[in-house]
Amino acid sequence: MKQYETVIGLEVHVELATKTKIFCGCSTAFGSAPNSHTCPVCTGMPGSLPVLNKQVVEYAMAVGLATNCKINQNCKFDRKNYFYPDNPQNYQISQLYHPICLDGGIEIETESGLKVIGIHEIHMEEDAGKLIHDDVRDCSIVDYNRSGVPLIEIVSEPDMRSADEVIAYLEKLRLIIQYLGASDCKLNEGSMRADVNLSVREVGATEYGTRTEMKNLNSFRAITRAIENERERQIRILESGEKVIQETRRWDDNKEYSYAMRSKEDAMDYRYFPEPDLVSVVISDEWVESVKLRQPELRDEKLKRYKEEYDIPEYDAKIITNSKKMADIFEEATSICKQPKKVSNWLMVETLRLIKETGTDADNLSFAPVNLAMLIELVEEGKINGAVAKEVFEHIFKEDINPREYVKEHGLESVNDEGELETIVVQIVNDNPQSVADYKAGKTKAIGFLVGQGMKATKGKANPGVLNRLFAEVLNRM
Amino acid sequence: MANIIDDATIEYVSILAKLELSDEARQKAKKDMANMLDYVDKLNELDTEGVEPMAHVFDMENVFREDVVTNEDESEKTLMNAPERTENGFVVPKTVG
Repeated sequence: MKQYETVIGLEVHVELATKTKIFCGCSTAFGSAPNSHTCPVCTGMPGSLPVLNKQVVEYAMAVGLATNCKINQNCKFDRKNYFYPDNPQNYQISQLYHPICLDGGIEIETESGLKVIGIHEIHMEEDAGKLIHDDVRDCSIVDYNRSGVPLIEIVSEPDMRSADEVIAYLEKLRLIIQYLGASDCKLNEGSMRADVNLSVREVGATEYGTRTEMKNLNSFRAITRAIENERERQIRILESGEKVIQETRRWDDNKEYSYAMRSKEDAMDYRYFPEPDLVSVVISDEWVESVKLRQPELRDEKLKRYKEEYDIPEYDAKIITNSKKMADIFEEATSICKQPKKVSNWLMVETLRLIKETGTDADNLSFAPVNLAMLIELVEEGKINGAVAKEVFEHIFKEDINPREYVKEHGLESVNDEGELETIVVQIVNDNPQSVADYKAGKTKAIGFLVGQGMKATKGKANPGVLNRLFAEVLNRM
Repeated sequence: MANIIDDATIEYVSILAKLELSDEARQKAKKDMANMLDYVDKLNELDTEGVEPMAHVFDMENVFREDVVTNEDESEKTLMNAPERTENGFVVPKTVG
């Protein structure tokens, strides 16, 4: 068989974190009653007029600058015409001819080193409503709350060659945008959506093959599987001497296959024309500068600073900064307890364990950093031992409890009164003559069993090191 | 009339516009469209070399609103326009994709 190369470009839609929609004062809050955030503008009523949300322009510029794009200082909107029930205006306001950002690119890490993935353009547009399919009544129900929610579409160059490169690019983009605060970029909730344009060609060919566009990819796993499946499908077509048809396909992740989405009846002729209801956006040098000045610290800078300022291992710094949320918790907890390595350890070990166990992800962490800092202080002060701390942390992770109050309420303070502990130690020694005999016979490991009994007797609240020492003292006196 | 709109074109345009035209309306539309294209041809006779395309009829730019919620829940008003509805949704024929 011939050797084939996969060529992939992405169109990534990102819902911006504005409070209101792109062209009207309706809220963008997620999870409200259907159609409760609608008005004549976002439902396309005749005579209504859109007015551009300034924050949308600012976010689009921020993302453009962070991805090394040129800002198009004279940008305009256009109408993309099509009929679909989720699109009440029968057109989408988007940018075709003069998008806000052009010619950028970001670096990704690949097996063979750093690689730049070009960004062709970024444009601003409005989202469509949401269709909910009712199989019982055999109809669809439309909710226009999402209609008019601001999006940016980031169009890459066809620079990616594998699913791994695609995931690396998306991860990088997600982190940049999350750090900017421009979006939460959740694939599973649809605030970040990627359409994959893919073609294959023989290794060494200079022309691109015919590409298809794959939609409905809601997770990194689905993207990877869809890319592998589509690559094989196209190779199979070419190997059988046929031609790949340029079309839009929809991925079904449950069935692990894709199907062509549009029929011939739905001609893909959008008849774009300049949007007459909106005036040009003219961006001055000063405006660009002011957005530049306000850019927060991005991931790569943060990573560097963590290694220098906090002296934590690169691996840990990478994991922590891989989520803006976790990085925020790390910095705030560290600023309170001044123990970066301890904070890092709690995040790297217990937090990651609980994230995995509860099937959530780092972006959904909801405990207050101050509670983690307090827990570290409690251990430092010797108020609780390591085992108790782990138990308390689980409650911080799940219920965001105040550890000081929790420890007090549940009587979890360490038993540090050596007099009290010694009484317990003597009692255990008297109750376990066999262990004592073993110890005396030189089996020093027997002390481990006795310490275990001691921990049990104190309900895990004693310091095992202290217990060890006390047992040794008592046994040696005998 | 220099331009002629053939049946295939009018069929294509009516699909795009989601219109079902009677024979009579179709003939009339063909004539109207041909007239429009003639007018565009006329405009194309003008020399527009070096003329910046107009972005808007008004000489204005940068009309913005601040990112502040100004609208309340007016779903009842929105849903008044629904030909068929559920408690808070528009009912449309089953649409997939």
